[in-house]
Amino acid sequence: MKITSPQSRTHLDEQIHVRNAKPLIHLQGVSKDYFGSTVLHKLDFDIYAGEVHALFGENGAGKSTLLKMITGDIQPSSGHIFINDEEIKIASVHHAKELGINAVFQEYTLVPQLTVEENLFLGSNLSSGIFLQKTKLREWAKKTLDRLEFDLEPNQLIMHLSHAQQRMVEIAKAFHSKPAIMILDEPTAALSGRETKQLFAMIDVLKNEGIGVVYVSHRTSEIFRLSDRVSVLKDGHLVCTETTPDIDEDQLIELAFGHRYESFFPTIKTNTGRELLNISNLSLSNSLVQGVSLTVNAGEIVGLTGLAGSGAADIARACFGLNQIKSGVITYLDDQVYNKNLGINDLTPRAMLDRGMLYLPADRRNEGLIMDHNIRQNISLPSLSLAKFSTGFWVRKKGEKHIMESVSRRLKINQLSIENVLNHLSGGTQQKVMLAKGFVRDVQLFILDEPTIGVDIGTRAEIYRLMQEFCDAGASILLISSDLSEVANIVHRVYIVDRGELLAEIPHKSINEATLSHYLDQREAPCHDQKTS
Amino acid sequence: MTKKRVNQKPAVWQPYISRVVNFIAFLYIKGGVLPWFLVLAVVGFSFSSEYFLTQANLRGISMHSTYLVLVAMAQMLVMLTAGLDLSVGVMIAMTSVASSLTMGAMWSGHGSGWESILIGCVVGLGACASIGLVNGIGVAWFKVPSFIMTLGMSSVVLGLALSLTGGIPIYGMPPNFTNMFGYGGWAGIPVPILVTVPCIGLMYVFLNWTRIGRYIYAIGGNLRAAQLSGINTKSCIVIAYTTAALFTGIAALLITARLDTGESNLGVSYPLLSIAACAIGGVSLQGGVGKLHNVVLGAIFIILIQNGMNLMRINSYYQMVAIGSLLIISIMAENFRQRLVLTYKNKTRSNV
Repeated sequence: MKITSPQSRTHLDEQIHVRNAKPLIHLQGVSKDYFGSTVLHKLDFDIYAGEVHALFGENGAGKSTLLKMITGDIQPSSGHIFINDEEIKIASVHHAKELGINAVFQEYTLVPQLTVEENLFLGSNLSSGIFLQKTKLREWAKKTLDRLEFDLEPNQLIMHLSHAQQRMVEIAKAFHSKPAIMILDEPTAALSGRETKQLFAMIDVLKNEGIGVVYVSHRTSEIFRLSDRVSVLKDGHLVCTETTPDIDEDQLIELAFGHRYESFFPTIKTNTGRELLNISNLSLSNSLVQGVSLTVNAGEIVGLTGLAGSGAADIARACFGLNQIKSGVITYLDDQVYNKNLGINDLTPRAMLDRGMLYLPADRRNEGLIMDHNIRQNISLPSLSLAKFSTGFWVRKKGEKHIMESVSRRLKINQLSIENVLNHLSGGTQQKVMLAKGFVRDVQLFILDEPTIGVDIGTRAEIYRLMQEFCDAGASILLISSDLSEVANIVHRVYIVDRGELLAEIPHKSINEATLSHYLDQREAPCHDQKTS
Repeated sequence: MTKKRVNQKPAVWQPYISRVVNFIAFLYIKGGVLPWFLVLAVVGFSFSSEYFLTQANLRGISMHSTYLVLVAMAQMLVMLTAGLDLSVGVMIAMTSVASSLTMGAMWSGHGSGWESILIGCVVGLGACASIGLVNGIGVAWFKVPSFIMTLGMSSVVLGLALSLTGGIPIYGMPPNFTNMFGYGGWAGIPVPILVTVPCIGLMYVFLNWTRIGRYIYAIGGNLRAAQLSGINTKSCIVIAYTTAALFTGIAALLITARLDTGESNLGVSYPLLSIAACAIGGVSLQGGVGKLHNVVLGAIFIILIQNGMNLMRINSYYQMVAIGSLLIISIMAENFRQRLVLTYKNKTRSNV
């Protein structure tokens, strides 16, 4: 059996007609229990052809459980699922695919050692007999990537791609076959403005082709831009399902979080002090960063923003000793820490940590945290050499425990859960744990690489609050972010990076989303022409 | 809960069943597969042989398990860094050969020979530690996968040991060595146990109370994150391999004393047995996860199985089949446990 979608519709007024039509899939009173605790309570959910149905709610509200149910990853404990009016049991992910349900999840599902095209068609049958049809494969891959206007080569290895590019492959993978239902779980989390626009255009095409789209996002602007209906989940309950035009942003947030976020972005005072970090004429060996100069002063938040692959993150990583430098001088607190001509190279994580710099990577799973270890171990790891944690050789367990009590208070998490293994915690909590590494040591300069990727609004507000705390305590932050609204509202000064070069420095008074996107768009247009010509 | 029971009148017993299932799942998630294995083995063997639960036999088991406990602790240390040490077997051979050759050469045949014993032990441990050091340097600095590094070293060291002895057992050590470390005792407790128990304590303190111990866990948990936290991962890996070699060396000396000969074909079974002990004890092959007491129990469990099978007069070839199967089953059981943990995830998450 396969979900059959009605003919594609061209007129908007058909929407009323569609509303009367049968849903592609209809979940009726589904619940999910895990050993006696219920994570989903008798939920009704349906998807119609040619609509975008958004799902909104905080981390742990049950969105993933619901999606997993639709994609056959888990089975409901009770309730019914109907497809074409027929009750059905979606037995496995494979079964769901056969039914025409495709999904892009937050977790990466790519094989790093294979190429883009091989990943695109992994699991789909594209062979004649026992042999793969390689030329056809390449052709189809190209077609899919072109349709999405993603700037990727089919024969690139996944492991050589950036975070954002891998994300694009993942999306392309779900798009290449024509599904009846498409599930997108925070697809824009790592994408830049341009790629997001392409994705949205693509979703519009899908809608017109009569495909039902489930769209999960923490970004309310995306929900209002895309969706026809929105369902709000809270603590495993369906709060409501509304047609999107009938609801406004404040209502939506209040429904999902129970309270309003009046001042979502805190105003962070700046009392600019002396120069902390000075990068002059920096070029990197294995990145396109070329001749970049920038400064960060004490007590300010400096943004570093650019499209995916612009090299913004590489600049910051170089300051922590994670990228090989070709030329340039880096000065930290009046000390030269890197100068090739003078043979100075003091850039290692250990040395920079000791000097008061802390870099928190974007990829918390692979670089930032130890998922098998608990919160306490993760937070104290970079600071174990400090006197309050150890006497050189021995770990002061009592001191550590004492410090963790205050950390849990600041993080607003239960004291007992300090001993919880990270794997069992939500993405938002994990992200906060990473920031908490800055609580237990003296940090003058935080380098935060996309600190709010993939976290819900509540956690986001808390992360901003933590950043405010850091700043109030006199620290500076170098914020690498591709989220323009974040950059526009948080930072005091912003550098725009494009293809490895510094495009502009924008002072505080002229920072707003419009200027930022103006700068980025301006460079996009010619860039795109060059590629196509 | 009561409300639910009223609603589902026909199945009043269901909550109890699910509660029992819950409890078993909880025990399994917390304790892993080892406690179940142990209980099964003890019950099974005590039914099949009345000699199994006698004091003499239990004493024998604890005495014989000391060697494997020591080697398993060494293996654990390496496995925590996400490595594998396949060279523990030849380390035992090399230590045995080096120490017995030294003792034999130094002892004149008269007197107690304590100096030659001491020097022999130091030489043996030194030889063993240097093998560990080479392993560590190869893995940390030259990025040779630990599997290949230690496999290669197995051949290298075995070749050296054989060339030193020509494959002939070495005699001529001071009798005090064997009398003391092989068969000696204090207050009825055999010396190997007297040596091993403090070693367990040392390892426990090393892993849980020192900075390097924490770093070793961190390196295995996520090498990249450990590097970004400013840890000197290379020297920590070298320390892990060398310390592991020292523990293996201690086991090797005790085995040599017990046998009263230095042999270059000792320890062949130890790589498999020590990895099995760690796996059964829940040490993750990906590194970063593992508890010392479980590894010690895992080692004792393996000796217990061997002892039980001996009592049942099971052919030693079938014993090999059994041990290998246990290793594989324990990994399967661990994977199943991980799946259970994942399904529990949502439950624990809501408690945060």
